[in-house]
Amino acid sequence: MKKMATGNQAVAFAVKESDVEVIAAYPITPQTEVVETIASFVETKKMDASYIRVESEHSAMAACIGATASGARSFTATSSHGLLYMHEMIHWAAGARLPIVMANVNRAVGPAWNIWAEHTDSLSQRDTGWMQFYAATVQEVYDTVIMSYKLAEKVNLPAMVCLDGFILSHAIQPLEITPPGDFLPPINLPHALDTKNPMSYGNLTAANDYFKFRHGMHMAMQQANKEARTIENEFAQRFDRKYGPVMEYRTDDADTAIVGMGTMAREAEMAVDLLRKEGIKAGSIRIRQFRPFPKLNLENKKVIVFDRDYSFGAGGILAQEIRFHNDVPVYNVIAGLGGQDVSFNMIADLVRRAKAEGEFWLGVD
Amino acid sequence: MVDDIPEEEYLYKGNTSCAGCSAMLALRYILKAAGPNTIIVNPACCSTVCQGSYPRTAYGVPVLNIAFAAAAAAADGIASAKRNKGKNIIVFAGDGGTVDIGIQSLSGAIERNANILYVCYDNEAYSNTGMQKSGSTPLGAITTTTPTGRKDSKKDIDLIIMAHRPQYMASACAAYPKDLYGKVHKALGIEGTKFIHVLCPCPPGWRYATEKSVELGKLAVKTGMWFLYEYENGKITLNAPTKAALKRPAPLAEYLKPQGRFKGADIERMEKEVKESMGRISEMTERSERSREAAQ
Repeated sequence: MKKMATGNQAVAFAVKESDVEVIAAYPITPQTEVVETIASFVETKKMDASYIRVESEHSAMAACIGATASGARSFTATSSHGLLYMHEMIHWAAGARLPIVMANVNRAVGPAWNIWAEHTDSLSQRDTGWMQFYAATVQEVYDTVIMSYKLAEKVNLPAMVCLDGFILSHAIQPLEITPPGDFLPPINLPHALDTKNPMSYGNLTAANDYFKFRHGMHMAMQQANKEARTIENEFAQRFDRKYGPVMEYRTDDADTAIVGMGTMAREAEMAVDLLRKEGIKAGSIRIRQFRPFPKLNLENKKVIVFDRDYSFGAGGILAQEIRFHNDVPVYNVIAGLGGQDVSFNMIADLVRRAKAEGEFWLGVD
Repeated sequence: MVDDIPEEEYLYKGNTSCAGCSAMLALRYILKAAGPNTIIVNPACCSTVCQGSYPRTAYGVPVLNIAFAAAAAAADGIASAKRNKGKNIIVFAGDGGTVDIGIQSLSGAIERNANILYVCYDNEAYSNTGMQKSGSTPLGAITTTTPTGRKDSKKDIDLIIMAHRPQYMASACAAYPKDLYGKVHKALGIEGTKFIHVLCPCPPGWRYATEKSVELGKLAVKTGMWFLYEYENGKITLNAPTKAALKRPAPLAEYLKPQGRFKGADIERMEKEVKESMGRISEMTERSERSREAAQ
């Protein structure tokens, strides 16, 4: 079924099509439409699920943990302060190896209050053991939620599907609602709570075993990097839409790579077209899978990284990741914080003026 | 019914509780009442340790350990999954995890009428971390963060729970295991949120000899420091030991003297507070009786 939908609605449709059993929901701008749409699905019996109207995001993730620990597929969505408020439980979900899928509508963190797009919220959850995907179109949001359930349930790690607040969450684009069918089989958690086989999960554990559990998460992340490719290929074969850990645009002969995430990186593709007309051999690399962090081909390229986030005392978070994984000079543009509008013209202009290395704050420097 | 307490044990020998731990006595009877078709949700508390350490467990039912503030919500998550219909989902939480850090998720769960039994085993302090003051610590009690005795009064969690109008609520004490068994049994037959508040004397925390846990639990009830009652349909029913205590309470000093934590406490001020709380529960009970009569 093809229809026009927002990014938020795409999340809700994907949750519906993924046969989620338990949804825990607490509202926050700009995520609200996700939980409102799912509530309407459940109350009009278009979706057979339990819908828990929790009193906080901490409890939202706790409820998902409870549901999935007992073997049920669960979902929640949040944004910014909500994500930070559930931080403790985000760690818990990953440590408990529960394949929960959560949508995070990327939004700036206060103070000052600001409800617009920024990636600092989800990037600050980088080290929790969650897989992270950043979508750039409404269709990609839908497809990523469905693929994330399959991947999470394969490697028993939770997955966060991130979409930019308003720019994508409220943008209306065409959406093909593809029922996943047996692409997404019923969840079968190997370590579900079982009254016939009573076990204690998460009880006191000494260093030796605790260390092994953490190593297990590390191995699962590595496995996820392989499984994600298999799942993307199967998805492409079945539904004719192809995704990868990075989405490259005109990079084949490029000597300048514009690297970014989310909608700003899609905007960069238009900047590439503009720059190409001027004879600048630019290409765009959109990081779709932030955790596990993918391999990039940046050799012999001028690398310009756009960060819609910042780690104070260090630099743009994406730029740090790229420097860590690649021995290349990076020119780091900090842009789009607090929903700052970043057009393809601005991106093209920044690329034209880019130095080989350094940091530049758009609108300030 | 109480004479039919099953022989089966779901709390095993080798649990790592302190000697004389009455929280484990309470849990033993809770699990006997609940039986094997049960899942325990356990926030950070003494019971986290009492299970024993991985890969062993002393609990004969599955346990989901969860972060401090999250127990009621996690339990609701389990109870909300259709696959768990018919299972007893029981939170076993300490007083800190209930009246302090866990009160928000508990409040939300009762408001939603989550189909769970929430048991607060109350040893009146953060005992697991070394006996720091909690919202449940009584006036006068010495804890490691109130080294000269608590100067203000504890939070009345029961009244807060009642304001949520749960399906069933009871106050119990580990020293009355048959009473506790009966209350858990009854609660698990009711759909929706049930809350049982169990006083559990704690030898290292309260500073008394380990063999005195049951004796002190009984003294708490006999002196009116603790009440045994049930709350259903908005009405309170006192249980026999509390009825007797309200008529003729034992001297409070009998309860306070054996406990090192009350050394130097202002007994007169404590007596006044106990008297006030006895007056409050009597009034509430009378109101309940009047409304029962009016309904007939």
